[in-house]
Amino acid sequence: MNEYTIHSAKMVPLDRSNIDTDQIIPKQFLKSIKKTGFGPNLFDSWRYLDSGFPGQDNSKRQLNPEFVLNDKKYKGSEVLISKENFGCGSSREHAVWAMQDYGIKCVIAQSFADIFYNNCFKNGLLAISLSKDSIEELFRLSEKGENIHVDLINQVILDSNELEIVKFEIEDFRKTSVLEGLDEIGLSLKYSKSIMSYEENIKKLTPWIFK
Amino acid sequence: MPSTLYDKLWNLHEVIQREDGTHLLYIDRHLIHEVTSPQAFEGLKLAGRNLWRTSSNKATVDHNIPTTNRELGIEGITDEVSKLQVTTLDDNCKEHGIEQFDIADERQGIVHVVGPEQGITLPGMTVVCGDSHTSTHGALGTLAMGIGTSEVEHVLATQCLVATKQKNMKIEVKGILPKGVYSKDLTLKVIGNIGTAGATGYAIEYTGEAIESMSIEARMTVCNMAIEAGARAGMVAFDDVTLNYVKGKPYAPSGSEWDQALDLWRNLKSDEGASFDKTIEIHASKLKPQVSWGTSPEMVIDIDSIIPEPKSNSESNALDYMGLKTGMRPQDIKLDQVFIGSCTNSRLEDLRIAAEIVKGSKVNKDLKRAIVVPGSGLVSKAAIEEGLDQVFLEAGFEWRAPGCSMCLGMNPDQLDEGDHCASTSNRNFEGRQGYKGRTHLVSPATAAAAAVAGHFVDVRDIVGS
Ligand code: SF4
Repeated sequence: MNEYTIHSAKMVPLDRSNIDTDQIIPKQFLKSIKKTGFGPNLFDSWRYLDSGFPGQDNSKRQLNPEFVLNDKKYKGSEVLISKENFGCGSSREHAVWAMQDYGIKCVIAQSFADIFYNNCFKNGLLAISLSKDSIEELFRLSEKGENIHVDLINQVILDSNELEIVKFEIEDFRKTSVLEGLDEIGLSLKYSKSIMSYEENIKKLTPWIFK
Repeated sequence: MPSTLYDKLWNLHEVIQREDGTHLLYIDRHLIHEVTSPQAFEGLKLAGRNLWRTSSNKATVDHNIPTTNRELGIEGITDEVSKLQVTTLDDNCKEHGIEQFDIADERQGIVHVVGPEQGITLPGMTVVCGDSHTSTHGALGTLAMGIGTSEVEHVLATQCLVATKQKNMKIEVKGILPKGVYSKDLTLKVIGNIGTAGATGYAIEYTGEAIESMSIEARMTVCNMAIEAGARAGMVAFDDVTLNYVKGKPYAPSGSEWDQALDLWRNLKSDEGASFDKTIEIHASKLKPQVSWGTSPEMVIDIDSIIPEPKSNSESNALDYMGLKTGMRPQDIKLDQVFIGSCTNSRLEDLRIAAEIVKGSKVNKDLKRAIVVPGSGLVSKAAIEEGLDQVFLEAGFEWRAPGCSMCLGMNPDQLDEGDHCASTSNRNFEGRQGYKGRTHLVSPATAAAAAVAGHFVDVRDIVGS
C-alpha cells in the first residue's frame, strides 16, 4: 500500500438505485454562497425526522433511527457504497461538497450519473464504479463491519487482511486529478495560445457568437 | 466519412486534444443563474483570474425568486438567504460587466426559456450552464450541456470545457403523435423505456417524423428531459422550423451575417449513413398520455394502465413514499395541487394548450391550489396579450410571475407534506417540490384536465373528439 491509499476505511451501505442529488443535499441548502458547511445536511430528509432549513442548529434535531447513516455501526465512514446511477438529477456540485464535508473520501457504486461523476473528480472525491457482484460483496462486508483499503495507485480494493477484493478501472486524467489535486484552470490556461487562435478562426466563420 | 450532428458540433468546437486524452471544447455561450455561480466567481477572485470573454456570458435569476410581489423587486424576496444569493449574482455581473436579465427586467425568466427566446442560444453553438436542464437548448441544433460549479469557473476563465467525447445515440420517433398526446408524453415514455441511466455516456439525437413535425417549443420539452434519461445533451437537427423560430430574435444574426449563418446551419444534421452507437425506435402513433407514479422519472405509466408491482427496493420505497398501491389507476390518485410551469413546460404553446382545456371550467373545489408560472416575463406578456391569464384566473388558477417556482421549491412555492401534485416539471424526486411532497409528472394538457377533475383523467377524451 502507499500514501494514497485510504486505509482501513469504514463503509456505509446505501441500498438504493438512482439516488439523486436532491436527496444528497436538498434544495433549501443550495442557497448558500459558500462551498463548506453542507456536511450536517447531507441526506437531510432521510437523516432527520423533521424538515431542515439553512442556519439551523442541527445538533438539536431528531435523527431518523432507521437511516443507515445514523446507525452507530457506520459512524465515521469514509467510504459510501451504493447501487446504480448514483448522483442522478441536478448538476449541483453542492452534493459533492456535502459528502466531503461529512467526511466521505470515496464513493463506490455500480454506476454513476455523468455530471455528478465529473463533479466528484473536480473536487478530488474518488468515485469508483464496480460490477454488481463486487458491489454486493462490499455490501456484505460492510454489514459485517469489515473495513477496506482503497489503493488508488494500484487501482485495487483490499480487505482488512490486505487481500485483493477487486481491481477497478479509472481514466488516467481522473486518477491524476485525485492524486495531485491539479489546478485544472491553470492547466487549461497553458493552452491559451491554442484557444486564441481557435477564436481568430471562428470569428470569420461564426462572428455572431461574439455578441 | 458521414458524421452525426453531434460529431459535427463537436468537431466545430474542438480546440485541442491534450496529452492526457481529454479535449478542450470551445464554449460559445455560457448562461449563468444565481444558484450554481457564486462559488465559481469566488474561486475566480481567489485565484486572481479574469473572464476570458465577457460577451459569451449572459445571466438571469430564476431558482430563488418569488412569483408574487414582483413589483417590489429585490425587496419582494422575504427569505434573506435567497436574497443574498440573488444580490450576489447582481454584484458579480456588475463587477465583471456581464449582461443580466435581473429581477426587474421584463426579459427575466427561467434560464432555459430565456436563452432560446432571446436568440442567445443559436443553432450550431456550444452552450453550457451550471444546470442539468441545459440539454433543453439542443432543440435548436445546439450542443448544450449542464455543468457543475467547478466547470462554471473553468468556462468563465478559459471559455473552454475539459471534455471527453460521448457516444452517439439516435432516438427515432416514427409516425406522428395522436391527439391528446404531446411531446412531454413522448419524452416521459422514452425515459420509462430506457430508464434514467439508459443514455448515460451518450449524446442523444431525436429524429423522425414526430420530431420533424413538432414546433421548437415542443422539441425543447423533449430535449429538456434528455438528462432524465442520463444524457448530458439531447439535440434535434436544424430545419425550416428552427429557421423560422430563430429569425428576428434579438441576439440572432441579421443581414449578410444571417445568410452566412444559414449556410452553416443548413449542414447541422446527421449525414445519410452516419453511424450511431445505439439506435432506439419508437412509434408515436402508439403513445398514450403518461403519468409518473413514483419518485424517479422512469416510474411512469400510460394513463389507461395501473400502477405495477414493485420490481426493486427503489420501487417499493417509491410506492411507500407516494402513498400509492399496486393496481391503482391514475384516476384513483386524488390531487391536492396542480403546477403548470418549469423549463419543461412553461412556454407560450404549453400555456395555450392548458388554457384551451380549462376554458370555461373551474378548478376542482377539492384542490388547495393550482398555479400557472410562465417561463419568462416575455412569455407572460404574450400570454396576457392573448388573454390566457384571464382564462386561467377565471377557472380559479393563480397566475404568477416567472421563475422556477414549484419545480423545485427553492422559493416559497412548495407542496405541503403528503400533497399529491400534477406537475408539468421534470423531476418527481422525493421532496423536490416540498418536504414530503408527492409529484406526478404529466403534460400541460393532462395537468390542466386534472385541475378541473381533481384527479387524473385521459385527456384524449377531451381533445380527441
Ligand atoms: S425550472 Fe426546474 S428544472 Fe428547470 S431550471 Fe428551474 S429548477 Fe431546474
